[in-house]
Amino acid sequence: MSQTSASGNMTSTYFVYGAILLIAIVQVIAAMAMGPSLWRMLLLAIIQAYLAVMFFMHLRDEKPTLRLALIPGTLFVLVMMNMIWADSFRLAVMKPFAK
Amino acid sequence: MSQAELAIESVAEAHSTGAHGAGVMEESPFAIPSSKLVMWLFIISDACTFGAMLFAYGYLRNSAADWPQVFERASIWNSLLMTFILVSTSLTILFAVKAAQSEDRAGAFRWTMITAAGGILFILLHIREWLSLIGQGARLFQNPWGAPMFGAAFFSITGLHMAHVVGGVIALTVVGLSYRAGRYAARHIEIWALYWHFVDLVWMFVVPLVYLLNMKR
Repeated sequence: MSQTSASGNMTSTYFVYGAILLIAIVQVIAAMAMGPSLWRMLLLAIIQAYLAVMFFMHLRDEKPTLRLALIPGTLFVLVMMNMIWADSFRLAVMKPFAK
Repeated sequence: MSQAELAIESVAEAHSTGAHGAGVMEESPFAIPSSKLVMWLFIISDACTFGAMLFAYGYLRNSAADWPQVFERASIWNSLLMTFILVSTSLTILFAVKAAQSEDRAGAFRWTMITAAGGILFILLHIREWLSLIGQGARLFQNPWGAPMFGAAFFSITGLHMAHVVGGVIALTVVGLSYRAGRYAARHIEIWALYWHFVDLVWMFVVPLVYLLNMKR
């Protein structure tokens, strides 16, 4: 087992904890001040998720083979789910009662 | 005795002596115990489940002209407080893992229970949010504001997430008690810490996509 997870330096963990909270606050304040932008909020959420997976879940300390086995496949499935958007726009624009 | 029988016997012997097939079986390509690999596999499958739910929510939201934007500022601040609690419990479970790896059983138990308590607080805040929406008339397939599927999308996504938090609280309590009693090893806390971080990670997407996008303007 990779025991690097908790025996490493906790400084980076505190930094990541602060960064994730700061991003959450920025998300809320930006949404209130400028209105919620899907892409901005999604980008910030992806940064938060990256920090959590790499530092809290210590995936960066594991062997590269594990990262290779987990990340590309998951991202592929999530990216392929984007196929639904065409149909949701069809409903919004082309449905019989659409104006 | 055939070669195959010899191989089976030597594997069985290695297992019985606790050597886990050392010298007989090929080394794991991931260099982690199988229980941790199973948790990772569960996490990626669960990530796809939440992904599918969020995409389905996006589909409904995109195809409805009158999607309700109902969350008042109080709800938004409440969701930020819930984020603070959940991210803080990700830190406390790391303290538990660190204590467990130092064989500090009392410390590991204490931090695990603090994490579980944070999870309970999160659940209570979430139930308060649900009751507020239900009090305003939100139901699974109807609401006073607009697209009727709003309730189904909101309650299913946040409900599934809350079910994960409830499961995590139960698991952490069992693992913490068992670790203190000496029945579980430090790696068990580490494995359930992975699960807890994942619950935290999902929330990072739920807040902007479900709460902030539907903020009252």
